[in-house]
Amino acid sequence: MAEVTRASEQRVTAPVGAAEQRPSPGYLELTWRRLRRDRVSMFAIYLFAAICLLTLAAPLIATYVLHTDPNAQNLRNNFAMPGPGNWLGTDELGRDNLTRVLYAGQVSLRIGFVVAIVSLLLGVSLGLVAGFYGGLVDDLINAVVQVLLNIPTLFLLILLSVTFRPDPTGLAIIIGAIGWMGTARQVRGLCLSVARRDYVDAARVLGASDVRILYRHILPNLVSVVSVVAGFEIASAILVESGLSYLGLGVQPPTASWGNMLQNSLDYVTRAPWLVAAPGLMIFLTVLSIFLLADGLRDAFDPRMRA
Amino acid sequence: MARFIVRRIIQSLFLLLGISVLSYAMMRAAPGGPESYFDDPKIPPSTRELLRQQFGLNEPVPVQYGKWLWNALHLNFGYSFIDRRPVIDKILERLPATIELSLASLLLGFIGIPMGVYAAMNRGKLPDYLLRVLTVIGNAVPHWWLGLMILVISANTIRLFPLGGMYTSGNDTLPDRLWHLVLPAAIGAMGGWIVFSRYLRSEVLEVLGQDFVRTARAKGVREPVVMSRHVLRNALIPVVTIMGGTLATLVSGSVLFESTFSWPGIGRMAVAAAFQRDYPVLMALTMLTSFLVIAGNLLADIAYGWVDPRVRYD
Repeated sequence: MAEVTRASEQRVTAPVGAAEQRPSPGYLELTWRRLRRDRVSMFAIYLFAAICLLTLAAPLIATYVLHTDPNAQNLRNNFAMPGPGNWLGTDELGRDNLTRVLYAGQVSLRIGFVVAIVSLLLGVSLGLVAGFYGGLVDDLINAVVQVLLNIPTLFLLILLSVTFRPDPTGLAIIIGAIGWMGTARQVRGLCLSVARRDYVDAARVLGASDVRILYRHILPNLVSVVSVVAGFEIASAILVESGLSYLGLGVQPPTASWGNMLQNSLDYVTRAPWLVAAPGLMIFLTVLSIFLLADGLRDAFDPRMRA
Repeated sequence: MARFIVRRIIQSLFLLLGISVLSYAMMRAAPGGPESYFDDPKIPPSTRELLRQQFGLNEPVPVQYGKWLWNALHLNFGYSFIDRRPVIDKILERLPATIELSLASLLLGFIGIPMGVYAAMNRGKLPDYLLRVLTVIGNAVPHWWLGLMILVISANTIRLFPLGGMYTSGNDTLPDRLWHLVLPAAIGAMGGWIVFSRYLRSEVLEVLGQDFVRTARAKGVREPVVMSRHVLRNALIPVVTIMGGTLATLVSGSVLFESTFSWPGIGRMAVAAAFQRDYPVLMALTMLTSFLVIAGNLLADIAYGWVDPRVRYD
């Protein structure tokens, strides 16, 4: 929406007689152009795309390239060194490490995305409501934010994960449901400043409902902040999930996630270092690419903010 | 100032109350709460009823909550479902280990302060660039995994670090304890390095641009004196506030670090309690760690006004 209105505004102010001239680029297009010029961001995009493609294609790669199955055990071939046949070695049950790393990526990435969706839905809507209405609603939401912020995240997650025994999607919803406070705070602050602008008053005078004002006049101003926040949410969700699953309290075997593949790491330390290295490296590369991309996106949205 | 402190303390008490209600309600509302623990078909119904009475599970939930809260205020968190020992005894046994590791991590984390100052003084040069790269990497890598990788490398080469634990049994000496402490504390300190160095870098750069720094230099004050008396004293003020947050990270991180390094503290205890569904222990640990975090933030807020007289409380 934002790019449509802005592009049309700019088209109106274009010089008369420039009919064959292309319309001025919109907000999102300008952002994309700036992003494309940033080498680090482009590297991050390629890296992230490669990781997504590899994990999505895991079944194909396993069947046609590696000729393996993520859950096929071969106890005679456990703790095999990386080499032909098992490029990244095998685990304690003789399962192929590379295949499992790829399949685990599907679970870890899905959790990252679901967490981001849940926490953005909660954070953006609660932040908007708190910033727009203020007063008692604001105080109430702020109280919930304060309570949630002051419980150490992992302890709360352990408590929740024990009581609900969630499947991967349920786990993602739980992580998202207790991780929206930062987003809500940022959105609330922005909403406070935008809601005071003249065009919001104008819309209200013209009889626009609160919902319409929030949706049409305030939300488009938050596109840049929300998309950057979304990146950080995905990345930190992957980190949190990996930690929880590493403790054995997140994604439960036999489903593999990058975190729970590391669950027995202490037994592998001397016997099978490749089992410790591979999943952790994937977590690191994924989170790194998302962080770099989110960082680049922030600069591209607002070049003045560049540190 | 006194009014501000009183108000913040009252606010903190309400926060704790909110947290206790939330965690208690969560535990009771969940499918398979504590009662499912007695759902063993081998237990006859009469014994089950007796157990329910012994654990006070036959009363209305709000009453149970009230009793639990009242007892918790007296540091009585009930008895463990697993070994029937008082929860507070179990926690007190483990707490010193966690405090030792957290304090060591916090102290080591302060190294981030000179790192940030050095980067700011060399803005745009190699040290600054290096710090930026390290910060980006440090944010993206799970710190516990980095600890595991160092264990892997150390275990397969020269055994620079022990494989875990607080001390070698039978050789509980100070050097041995320090040897066991170094790696866990350094991994725990990583959070502090990242936060402190980044904060200090931007603070120092900001203060360096202020008029009084230029005045001091114009007066002919020597550069080391400008840095220590004019710049650092001002740049260090926000460190007090972020210390509260660092404490929270350490408490949360203790679960992961203690599991990675077989450190016998409350973090590992929480994981064990989670596996055994030992609710009294889990509840007590959640309350205790939340209390630590809230107290840390409160102290940081008060200290902030003390180190920076310009701060006004309304």
